[in-house]
Amino acid sequence: MPLARTPVNLEALRLTGRRAVAETLGRYAFFSAAFFSIIVSGMIVWSLAAETWTFVSQVDYSTLWTDGWFPRRGMYDIKTLVVGSLLTTIVAMLVAVPLGLGAAIYMSEYAKPSVRKVLKPTLEVLAGIPSVVLGFFALTFISPEVVQRLFSGATQFNMLAAGIGVGILTIPLVASVSEDAMRSVPDTLREASYGMGARRVSTVLRVVVPAAVSGLVAALIIAISRAIGETMVVFIAAGATGGSLFSVDVLGPGQTMTAAIASQAAGTDQVVGEGLTFQSLFFVGSLLFLLTLLLNLVADRFVRRVRQKY
Amino acid sequence: MALSTPSSSSVRAAETVRSGLTARQSDPFGRAFQVSLWVAVLATVAILGVLIFDVVTHGWGVLAGETGDFLTGRLGSQPENSGLGQAIRGTFYIGVFVVVLTFPLGIAAAIYLEEYAQHGRLNSLISVAIRNLAGVPSVVYGILGLTIFVKALGSVTGPDANGRTVVSAGLTLSILVLPIVIITAAEALRAVPNGIREGGFGVGATRWEVVRSHVLPYAAPGILTGTVIALARALGEAAPLILVGATTGFLTGGESFLPDSLRERFTALPIVISTWSGRPGEDWAASTSAAIVVLLVIVFAANLAAIVLRNRFERGRR
Repeated sequence: MPLARTPVNLEALRLTGRRAVAETLGRYAFFSAAFFSIIVSGMIVWSLAAETWTFVSQVDYSTLWTDGWFPRRGMYDIKTLVVGSLLTTIVAMLVAVPLGLGAAIYMSEYAKPSVRKVLKPTLEVLAGIPSVVLGFFALTFISPEVVQRLFSGATQFNMLAAGIGVGILTIPLVASVSEDAMRSVPDTLREASYGMGARRVSTVLRVVVPAAVSGLVAALIIAISRAIGETMVVFIAAGATGGSLFSVDVLGPGQTMTAAIASQAAGTDQVVGEGLTFQSLFFVGSLLFLLTLLLNLVADRFVRRVRQKY
Repeated sequence: MALSTPSSSSVRAAETVRSGLTARQSDPFGRAFQVSLWVAVLATVAILGVLIFDVVTHGWGVLAGETGDFLTGRLGSQPENSGLGQAIRGTFYIGVFVVVLTFPLGIAAAIYLEEYAQHGRLNSLISVAIRNLAGVPSVVYGILGLTIFVKALGSVTGPDANGRTVVSAGLTLSILVLPIVIITAAEALRAVPNGIREGGFGVGATRWEVVRSHVLPYAAPGILTGTVIALARALGEAAPLILVGATTGFLTGGESFLPDSLRERFTALPIVISTWSGRPGEDWAASTSAAIVVLLVIVFAANLAAIVLRNRFERGRR
């Protein structure tokens, strides 16, 4: 018997030689890998901070509140970008929340396991579609076939089509986070509700959804954060490359914070221009970073509240 | 009142409960709710269907007509002489960077967080940092790439191209998907039952030996799923590449798959799609659709592999 020839003794179990070295090395290597994420966070802050400071300390504050965002001409109207981001995000949520939440409730409370088995990968396929693809789809299909048919005044590039595109992109995100939240509601709550003679719709709307509400709020916040940070759909479908007048008309072209950063970097070989043009890119980047960071921290709170509860 | 003769009010209550539980009732609100859920699901699936149908029908002519030339040709100023050779090469190398850098780094970080880390201030700071990095918009990672890999390290990443090379792009996207790899790998490790670890410790194995021989093999399919999804994400990203300076117009070189060409200017599939989307005319739209089909085939193949792996993994566990 091979086992009999290698009796286990204390010597074999002692942590010596190569085993000890491997153990120590492994610990340090794994720690360094994890610590790298703090370094990356520092790199992001560092790469934004220097040029943002140059911009904030040198910019003429009157140029931050003008008629539009034309960085190459020294007009840095920040409200154009914030309102543009806000409008596309609102449109996106009007698309993503009903569809994503509906799909989530269906998968978590109604669907048979066999249906769910098909539906979940389908949503994952949708989640895997790159945003450039949805940008092209928004420009060549949603804009002419949907938006311009419904609203005769819409231009080819418009914020409504871009917002719908962003919304489609966030459907799987809303669906998967909400579904997780509802599936983590214990079955005892549902059984108690059915035991009282409640119908399925009452159980879902009056028991499961209220019990999962923290997770659903988290889903909404994460989706808003993702929609604000989405670049390519707006860059391709909302037009306004280079600059945009202040506009609240979703049927016309517009510019978001993300698209402003991208369009400033695209088209020219070097990111240059009048005075602080280059630095304005970092200023908008910092604004975007802080805004999404805030939303993510709030969403994280809500997600953890669900975990603690059940 | 005698116990054997119930009051008329409790008889009525019992009758209400009985009829409520046994009588056949129509439930219009419940039906309407279920139908609206079906509509939401069908609309989502229909959007996906329309998108794929639209792209494939528009791109089919280009793909079927001159597949070889289209896949290997260079970027051009006219749709009929434009090909994806340089773009596919750029996307290929971005994938190589992600596989080589992010996979080991992300899995190692996940192993630390799940297997080694004790509760402490530094470790909770690390996990907060990772969760927040996962939510940072991709265009901000582009700014990171522009500042650090293109400007500060330009002499290393591409001395003859102002740092605007596939090296800068690959490093930037590797950092972009790192939190995704860490989070999914950590989830896979968390799903490993503790009994598996205890079995290893029980025969005297060290922590590293337990991780290597017990935990990692058990968690491997889950880890692989997450890494493949992260890879697909990196291959489809365009916004950071715009900041890092992918070439959108005419590109000389950038075709060779030889590693010594890494520090030349580059382009990638999502960048080409973004640029061609802005060009007017049906021919450009057809070429863009064809390029999208190529990108989707690559991304879907990765995602499909991930889904198949996970299904196999879940089946094996039951």
